[in-house]
Amino acid sequence: MSEIATAQAGQAISLTLNGQPRQLQVQPWLTLLDLLRDQLDLVGSKKGCDHGQCGACTVLRNGVRVNACLTLAIMCDGDELTTIEGLADGDELHPMQRAFISHDAFQCGYCTPGQICSAVGLAREGRAHNREQIQELMSGNLCRCGAYSNIIAAVEEALPQMQDDASRHGGQHS
Amino acid sequence: MMPFAYSKPAQVSEAVQLAGPATRFIAGGTNLVDLMKENVARPERLIDINGLPLHDVQETASGGLLIGALVSNADLAWHPLVEQRYPLLAEAILAGASPQLRNMASTGGNLLQRTRCYYFYDASTPCNKREPGSGCPARDGLNRIHAIFGASQACVAVHPSDMCVALAALEAVVHVEGKAGKRQIAFADFHRLPGNTPEQDNQLAEDELVTALELPHRGFAQHARYLKIRDRASYAFALVSVAAALELDGEVISDARLVLGGVAHKPWRNPAVEHALKGQPVSRKTFEAAAQAMVKGAQPLAHNGFKVELARRAIVRALSEAAAGGRL
Repeated sequence: MSEIATAQAGQAISLTLNGQPRQLQVQPWLTLLDLLRDQLDLVGSKKGCDHGQCGACTVLRNGVRVNACLTLAIMCDGDELTTIEGLADGDELHPMQRAFISHDAFQCGYCTPGQICSAVGLAREGRAHNREQIQELMSGNLCRCGAYSNIIAAVEEALPQMQDDASRHGGQHS
Repeated sequence: MMPFAYSKPAQVSEAVQLAGPATRFIAGGTNLVDLMKENVARPERLIDINGLPLHDVQETASGGLLIGALVSNADLAWHPLVEQRYPLLAEAILAGASPQLRNMASTGGNLLQRTRCYYFYDASTPCNKREPGSGCPARDGLNRIHAIFGASQACVAVHPSDMCVALAALEAVVHVEGKAGKRQIAFADFHRLPGNTPEQDNQLAEDELVTALELPHRGFAQHARYLKIRDRASYAFALVSVAAALELDGEVISDARLVLGGVAHKPWRNPAVEHALKGQPVSRKTFEAAAQAMVKGAQPLAHNGFKVELARRAIVRALSEAAAGGRL
């Protein structure tokens, strides 16, 4: 158990979080979601099911959408992480955020940060070209209010915009 | 989660040396972390294998593919050579889990995911797979999602993977390495039926690590279909799934592979049914005879009798669509 006692003290990791380099001390059993919410006060990423079934905790890890609730923080050493708090460029909202607002793509809003991060990941994957593909490839994000129609419409609108922005900003948002 | 120690080795030999009865390898963690949260898995040490050089997809000398165990499910499904040569595998992978989970989950880990039997997952109930000898509440309890083939008194759980159903049809080979060295395991032999030891899902020793998957040259790219039937349109485990792959000589079947998912403790294959399809004409009658033969001997439980007819119909549809060149 002495090794576990050592682990209790935490292990140093360094990562880039929303563009900022961070040095952190984490216990091996700390999930990325708990690190973000409980230790770094980034509460945009939500804990819905905590089992990878709802997608409310979706963040971008090295540009790829993942469930933060099933990711151990200690395994993110050296990674680049983007949460909902890091998508806007200063006061300028990310195109996906703008599209969610213009389409009223939420009701209670609890699933929204995960939906938006997932949709940004979807755009980067480049595999959704029509409504049916968007629906299938957004199926990892549940909305208990049932705002799916507007969510799909928002994603459908923002996908081409993101591709335009990507070519203008050299891929910053892509 | 119970506290545990953490190591991240850089070489396979180092990783297997660290392995022991109280350790677990972790790659994507999509199933293991969840099981640890539920107190079903309680390792004293996690060995993070993401630093091992197992991330590549390479062509083999015999015209197949060697897939590193750490290639993600998403990267594998969308790899150009998999899309072109093994569409059955791509379709099966994309039928499973969610995009987020497919980004995280590894090739090796997909093989090693545990059953989603509700009793296995609930540490407050008995379960022979979780606590050997404690009993099986599923056999006489809620067993709608459980096995209709190959179950035992001790366990009626099913293997949850979609990818593995396609890998069984493609006759993949699992490359593993342990303290005693390397070996290769035919896919049909990798997973096991529960018998009296349902705690063992497969034939890996505790120190053995899956390092790669090898796909043979033949990919049945022209006539393949993975059909998954589930409770909702996406992001749910299979009630029944079918991997169907055919080779045709005109309108006559020259070779066939047929594997069922969601019905047994491992991907369910019957070589006699495949053999009987050879030389038969492509017709509904042929496919109905195959489906009938495939479900013969099914042993449904109180709540999953529907799976027998569901499987029979799904087989006919999957074979018909495979013959027609894919999803209709």
